[in-house]
Amino acid sequence: MTSVLAVKNIVVKRGRRFRLQVDEFAVEPGEVVALIGPNGAGKSTLLTVLACLSLPDKGELFFLREKVSKGNALAVRRQLAVVFQEPLLLDSSVLENAALGLKLRGQKTGAKDRAYTWLQRFGVEHLATQNALTLSGGEAQRVSLARAFALEPKVLLLDEPFASIDVISRSTLIKEFKSVLSSTKTTAILVTHDFQEVLALASRVVILDQGRIRAQGTPRGIAAHEIWGGLAGAQIPPMPGS
Amino acid sequence: MDFLVQGFIQALRLLLAGDKEVYSIAFLTLKVSGLATLVSLLLGVPMGLYLAVSRFRGREFLVGGVNAGMGLPPTVVGLWVALFFWRRGPLGFLGLMYTPTAMVIAQTIIATPLVAGLTMSAVQQLSPKLRLQILALGASPLQFWWLIIKEVRLGILAAVMAGFGRVIAEVGASMAVGGNVRWYSRVLTTSIVLEVNKGNFSLALALSFVLLLITYSITYLLTVLQQRRRQA
Repeated sequence: MTSVLAVKNIVVKRGRRFRLQVDEFAVEPGEVVALIGPNGAGKSTLLTVLACLSLPDKGELFFLREKVSKGNALAVRRQLAVVFQEPLLLDSSVLENAALGLKLRGQKTGAKDRAYTWLQRFGVEHLATQNALTLSGGEAQRVSLARAFALEPKVLLLDEPFASIDVISRSTLIKEFKSVLSSTKTTAILVTHDFQEVLALASRVVILDQGRIRAQGTPRGIAAHEIWGGLAGAQIPPMPGS
Repeated sequence: MDFLVQGFIQALRLLLAGDKEVYSIAFLTLKVSGLATLVSLLLGVPMGLYLAVSRFRGREFLVGGVNAGMGLPPTVVGLWVALFFWRRGPLGFLGLMYTPTAMVIAQTIIATPLVAGLTMSAVQQLSPKLRLQILALGASPLQFWWLIIKEVRLGILAAVMAGFGRVIAEVGASMAVGGNVRWYSRVLTTSIVLEVNKGNFSLALALSFVLLLITYSITYLLTVLQQRRRQA
């Protein structure tokens, strides 16, 4: 199967320190890959590289077998979508925010209609005319997710998207997000610290520590790995059959 | 108090009577300071944006320069610009000494660091992740900068108000490079100094009211624009 995104022998440095050193990592179409690991493990750095937001100091990044360079990074970025922990909405209406990515990618006609459909899907269409900066954290993150899905990305990259939402809203949103992911068959890479999210969403788990991939496998398989216990500590949820 | 009342009445009389000299001085003041603000906006906003977003060797040195430049004494600017434009100075061949153009140049030098510094500060208040988010949405470099400008538009308007306020109020640079030539390079601040030196306090006071009226009107218009955008 052709990988949608892949890296080979990448190295990312900050000054003289290695932040990330990954020999090989690939994401297949339809997969939902969870990147987990302690703080400073390199999860967000890897996500930033995969999103073409910064190119690695060494090594190669491939998108649909094509090597990503400075010359085609913008074109590749326009086939991906990223959702960060903060909703990062701009000072304009909710609908304009949701349609922004489409407009930046040159889709002038129908952008607002499509964005509105996605606002409906995430239950925030009634806020369409409101200024996005007046929304609550949960509402804003729903708009941020709608903005990302409206782009119909080849890969959706998420950096702890539910971390700043209160517990009750979070579980509801995760359920809705899971339903949208499976109905759209969107390939996704999710950085998270939350094991419930991993279990609910991921088809594969990759454990990073000190900038390197330490283990990977299915959530069930990885739960049996000793490193899982080390990372999860008291958070470890009971794994059926593990 | 009588002085103030008399000055205010005389200011109204000068304006209502259509005093040609007062109108000429007021228009030149607006023209010089308006142009200087516009040029400082064209130079200062890109400078502020670049310094806020980019990381390069020597950046701290430049940021320090911009911050120090925000408090540049107009008299010092006037002196340096005069030395450059003086007949025997390096730019003396341009023949700009004692012209409104030289005044615009001096005022631009005064206002640009202020506009750049306030723009930089407005951009730095945005979450650094917002810049990544804009790029991740698929923005080209041009779209990226345009969105950042839109996002900090209120801060830029504040920078314009501060820049305009600073240059319309300065006297040292205009005096040094403009020469306060009647009907040619005389602006409100230099006229006020002249009238005070002549002991003509009531006229000086009247001119100061005109200056305050102009400054307040322009700043009020910009404030309305700023607050309307805030509510939109």
